[in-house]
Amino acid sequence: MDKNNTPEVAPTFRVQWEDVQNCYVVLYPEGMVKLSSSAGQIMKRVNGETTITEIIADLKETFSSNELEDDVIKFLEVAYDNGWLRNKK
Amino acid sequence: MTTAGSETKNDITPPLWLLAELTYKCPLQCPYCSNPVEIAKYQNELSTKDWVRVMQQARKMGATQLGFSGGEPLVRQDLEELIQEARHLGYYTNLITSGVGMDEERVKRFKDAGLDHIQISFQASNEELNNFIGGTKSFQHKKEMARIVKEYEYPMVLNIVIHRKNIDQIRDILEMTVELNADYVELASTQYYGWSRINVDQLLPTREQLANAEKIAKEYQEKMKGRSKIIYVIPDYFENRPKPCMNGWGAIFLTIAPDGTALPCHEAGQLPIEFPNVRDFSIPEIWNDSPGFNHFRGFEWMVEPCRSCPEKTKDFGGCRCQAFMLTGDARNADPVCDKSPHHKSLIDDVERINELAVDEAAKKVEEKPLIFRNMKNSKSYLEEV
Ligand code: SF4
Ligand code: SF4
Repeated sequence: MDKNNTPEVAPTFRVQWEDVQNCYVVLYPEGMVKLSSSAGQIMKRVNGETTITEIIADLKETFSSNELEDDVIKFLEVAYDNGWLRNKK
Repeated sequence: MTTAGSETKNDITPPLWLLAELTYKCPLQCPYCSNPVEIAKYQNELSTKDWVRVMQQARKMGATQLGFSGGEPLVRQDLEELIQEARHLGYYTNLITSGVGMDEERVKRFKDAGLDHIQISFQASNEELNNFIGGTKSFQHKKEMARIVKEYEYPMVLNIVIHRKNIDQIRDILEMTVELNADYVELASTQYYGWSRINVDQLLPTREQLANAEKIAKEYQEKMKGRSKIIYVIPDYFENRPKPCMNGWGAIFLTIAPDGTALPCHEAGQLPIEFPNVRDFSIPEIWNDSPGFNHFRGFEWMVEPCRSCPEKTKDFGGCRCQAFMLTGDARNADPVCDKSPHHKSLIDDVERINELAVDEAAKKVEEKPLIFRNMKNSKSYLEEV
């Protein structure tokens, strides 16, 4: 994965916070996936302006942890695979 | 599962799906339409204000998906207004339409209103059969609308209801969806409720047709991987375990019929149960407290063989409406299940229809005409009963 890429949420999908579910969710035609709290923290930072490197840096700072990079990359791979994300050109 | 500030009571999960059946008016007349045969009875449609209130209350309880359907939702002139309100409330908004009554202007207005997704139904892959099944000249217009939907960057689901009259065209149908760049394709096997139940002798495919269709669907699923998601489910009459209908009664689905009747599923109106109306009750009252929505929650209502069956947490005993239609008692196991004492008579019936289809194809017997879904046929049905 090229960490210089800038991910954005693909047009078919929408990410939003749900009070009742108490988590971030991904919405798409006739369906919904609930995100774990760490996945939610990652998706929340995807805005079509921030690069993967910057997202990781922000997460490291927010959660004062240096060991989360691998997990973030792993989750982003899944998110790209599912078509939730695409690279902003 | 109760979260702070939630409006849902203990052990009742919140509704996630709101299906708004805005009207039963429809320019098409599909003989497999899943609307009730009694459509002519539903004259007293909810107002814009009623719908807005329903959407607000269901959203507050946690519903995220909203389907505008019908009949043909495009018939409602306030559709744009409802979409805008729904999007504003934070719903993912789905428009489920035949495409008839749509034009580019309207697609553009939907986009401005914030509509998320459009699903267009086709009746077949060629003009003649499409127009025959739909009872209207609509094929070219639908194709044009599909192109416009893509042009406006909507995710597009193409839905084709599959039955004996079009199942042998499945390859052409799939080719058409490729040509139209569908993001998702639903090859929806006819479910035998409402109008399709009346027409079941003419619509149920044969085993041979099914096997062939399944092969072709698989081939395209492979071929289109990553470009288009193709969903094909065979009719449950050919299975030996039922579907977990609606994911359980009153578990996630909330349907509102055009006259405001609230239902746990869009077929449930046929059951001998009283269902509340949104003109009289709020959505939390309906969802949490109404006898209708609590009727088949949990497992206490079950009779044998479901009652002592280890699989009951998986399929909830199947579909209540199917159990009612085929056995006369909605508490019975769905006869699709081979543990049901009624399973054999379902299988016998499938065999009978199979033979009929073979005889028809060989021109040994004449085909019975299809009964089209329209107000006239609905009225004569109402007079009969
Ligand atoms: S199935 Fe056909 S007749 Fe029924 S609502 Fe849809 S388009 Fe209209
Ligand atoms: S007996 Fe009832 S619960 Fe058991 S598998 Fe059949 S339908 Fe499901």
